Amino acid sequence: MTVREAVKERIQIPLATETLSAERIAYLEDLVRQARAAAAVFTQFNQEDVDCIVKPMVLAGLEQAQYLARLAVEETRLGVMEDKVIKNMVASEFVYNYVKDKRTVGVIRELPDRNLVEMAEPIGVLFSLTPITNPTSTVLFKCIMAVKTRNAVVFSPHPKAWHCCAEAVRIMYETAVKHGAPEGVFTCVDSPTLPDNAYLMKHKDVGLIDATGGPGVVKAAYSSGKPALGVGPGNTPVYLEKSADLNTAVVDIIISKTFDNGTICASEQTVVIDDEIYDQAMKKFADLGAHVCNEKETKLLERTVIDPQTGCMQPMAVGQKASDIARFVGLSVKPNTKLLIALIQGVGREHPLSVEKLFPVLAVYRARSVGEALKVCVDVNHAGGLGHTAVVFSRNEEVIRKFGEVINAGRIIVNSPGSIGALGAVYNDLVPTFSFGCGTGGGNSTTDNVNVFHYLNIKRLARRTQNHMWFRVPNQIYFNMNAVENLRQFPSLSTIVVTSPGLERIGHVDIVRRHICPKTHVHVLVIPDAEPEVKVILQGVESLNFYKADQIIALGGGSVIDAAKIMKLKYESPEADLEYLAAPFLDLRKRVVQYPTEKLSRARLVAISTTSGTGSEVTPFAVLIDKESGRKVTLADYSLTPDVAIVDPQFVMSMPKVLTADTGIDCLTHALEAGVSNYASAYTDSNAMQAIRLVFKYLPIAYEHPGDEEARCMMHNAACIAAMAFSNASVGVNHALAHAFGARFGVAHGRANALMLPHVIAYNAVVPAKFMPSPYTKGYVAHRKYATVADLLGLSGGTVEEKVKNLIAATEQLLDQLEFPRSIAELGISKEQFAEAVPELARIAFDDPSWRSNPRMPLMTELVELFWKAYEGRGVAKESGASEQQTV
Amino acid sequence: MIAVVLNIDERRVALALKEAGEKLDSAEGEAVLDFSSVRRIDPSALRAMEEFARIADEKAVKVVLRGVNVDIYKVLKLMKLTRRFSFEN
Repeated sequence: MTVREAVKERIQIPLATETLSAERIAYLEDLVRQARAAAAVFTQFNQEDVDCIVKPMVLAGLEQAQYLARLAVEETRLGVMEDKVIKNMVASEFVYNYVKDKRTVGVIRELPDRNLVEMAEPIGVLFSLTPITNPTSTVLFKCIMAVKTRNAVVFSPHPKAWHCCAEAVRIMYETAVKHGAPEGVFTCVDSPTLPDNAYLMKHKDVGLIDATGGPGVVKAAYSSGKPALGVGPGNTPVYLEKSADLNTAVVDIIISKTFDNGTICASEQTVVIDDEIYDQAMKKFADLGAHVCNEKETKLLERTVIDPQTGCMQPMAVGQKASDIARFVGLSVKPNTKLLIALIQGVGREHPLSVEKLFPVLAVYRARSVGEALKVCVDVNHAGGLGHTAVVFSRNEEVIRKFGEVINAGRIIVNSPGSIGALGAVYNDLVPTFSFGCGTGGGNSTTDNVNVFHYLNIKRLARRTQNHMWFRVPNQIYFNMNAVENLRQFPSLSTIVVTSPGLERIGHVDIVRRHICPKTHVHVLVIPDAEPEVKVILQGVESLNFYKADQIIALGGGSVIDAAKIMKLKYESPEADLEYLAAPFLDLRKRVVQYPTEKLSRARLVAISTTSGTGSEVTPFAVLIDKESGRKVTLADYSLTPDVAIVDPQFVMSMPKVLTADTGIDCLTHALEAGVSNYASAYTDSNAMQAIRLVFKYLPIAYEHPGDEEARCMMHNAACIAAMAFSNASVGVNHALAHAFGARFGVAHGRANALMLPHVIAYNAVVPAKFMPSPYTKGYVAHRKYATVADLLGLSGGTVEEKVKNLIAATEQLLDQLEFPRSIAELGISKEQFAEAVPELARIAFDDPSWRSNPRMPLMTELVELFWKAYEGRGVAKESGASEQQTV
Repeated sequence: MIAVVLNIDERRVALALKEAGEKLDSAEGEAVLDFSSVRRIDPSALRAMEEFARIADEKAVKVVLRGVNVDIYKVLKLMKLTRRFSFEN
């Protein structure tokens, strides 16, 4: 074969199959058929069956190591027999040592923490190409891996190493079958040709191509359209850094580069040596048997061993001894010269010896600095060695890390020989292999040392997991009449009372002041009774800083308490960016944005609610309004939850009727939505159910008889209890609709909730058009939970459907009692006006995170429908309602 | 229609199928091969099953495999042989 032909073979393998005769095709088909049957039968084997076959194969490989090595050298005329014996033994013994305890059949790994089980599925038929450089060792390696993974292999050895490979396949096959492997488990193409390979690479029954060889073979494998492991050439740079142990490094390089006459593609190609140690290193190389070429010798060498046309190594030099190459080139060297060293001034076509040389010729570069050395190594790496192997000798961890960072190689061998180091298990803990994955840099699919796990399909049994759930509320909650007296137990040097003008006017602030721990400096900060804006927050933070507050008492409704939560956040963590913290999220535990944990100051937040609805005193939420854009910013994090909640009904005795109704229905909506939420738990259910019961019993009384202390007290507790439920189970689609509608038409939140509530219960109680994915729930249970609520309220009904219907009727009745408008139309909003708004309302409602925990995933069309139902008004229970709804 | 029922012994699957194939008569509408006691098959059994299916096709005899375990079923599936048999549990 001429050099040109050899190069052509390296870079081009035709995939066309037209040159094959019918007889040849029948022959190849028979090989695949045998392998396919063997692979099918192999699927019945268990781990023990397989392991009982593998061990004798390994022993046979060890016994025949020398015989096969001799055959390989005689046939290929490449390499060193003694080294090939070692390779055969590594391919058997070391590979066995790695695979012997590995599970490759059935369950191969259990990950109980992740509820995952990994199971093995064999690939079936592998088509395997083996190289001329490491012929028999590669065959032994692949046979052992194939049996360990219950695969069958059709081998196509390099034509110039066919006999030794066929003999290795025979030895492995006979041993395997003797110990129970299916007949046909290994076959070997007789006198393989390029069209044979092309045919087999495209064969429908071949599951994986495992191509070890030159770039042509690898390219053909990857071009075949089949899954392939293609492992090709490299160009290993070595950095010999000044801090290295020079004695060890030089010996290691010589061992590696001369091992099997340099035929391992991971062997060292160019050594970059720091200037400071250059002379010393070169002397050591020479002392240990290397011949350092002068300029003239270098020219002669590069002209002979590198093809000037292609820039690639000459095949005739591959695997030859240094002394033979020297003789061929015409160099005068000492007898037993191990290695020829040629100095190069750079990397690339102008420096022919900077390419891969699978023979004992080593290029050396003298570097003036670490920076220069690393750059030259990168150049070598990019001159045909991407993804393959690199070596660094250094004691400087920083240099080693930097080398690892800038070099793209699957194996970066540190302070040890490249070729034997890359093989794994001898000098390091890399997986033993005879196939080096070179990653995308080398056109491969992996950077791994190819091993048994590349011969398997890994199946994963993924069991349903439930993330841990939680129930988080303030540390201390004081409730019932005069609970405010508990304030006294909280020591403070400086307290800021955040409140609204109205509450200060009616004397609520004075009541609070009376119960603050004596000798506390108290400052009252009055803020507007509206959703807080940034300006208000910053003013509050200024006061907190000025008075060096160690306690904040929020006295008010939801807006005041929310403002105090945000003031505390900014006071303790001034760098907190509120816009950033308001970034959307799907799951609180997986959110991208994390709230600050480092705090400059610390202040206790005591929340005293003066309305019975939002429950802000126990929730982790706070709403802020951006005046400029008019946009609401919702902050949600458990760090916002007040430290202490005081639920004292004396502060709600004077609540006006409308506010009593609005906040009461807000509370009911919280409880109902938390009750059917996908995040509901036994903990939140108990709160939700109790809150619902209290609202139905006491809200009408509190509304009709505002002075009824018990009713006020129970409603105040209900709001707090419902808030504990929705703080941990979230709300649902009712809130999404109410937020959008309320903001657009200026309707109070509780009132907006009331308009949607009966329709949402009816909506959630039927078979969803789209189920909401949720690992927390088992089946669709919303309708049954509504039925449980109906039972709790003592409503009649024999079936779930009847109970849901009666719950809706009871809710509508409650709303009527509280004199809520029966429809959006009753608010004076014209049909045209509403029709114009609905598309946008639906879009806003869909963007609202509130419904993410709703049991039913709302479609846009359904949101529109719900808005229209709310427009048209109540009567859900009487009309279509349950009768038209298909309950589950 | 006459159904021939043959119990298959795991130790001689290939031989049993060979003998059965030779005796297969087109007058028999259905041949039932009982694999209940077969835990595993080897390549020779696989070849014998392919051959038996071929002969049965030629003689228009329906072949029913009874009691085939799922491991053997998977082998037949991988060999694309399931379509050539009917299966009974």
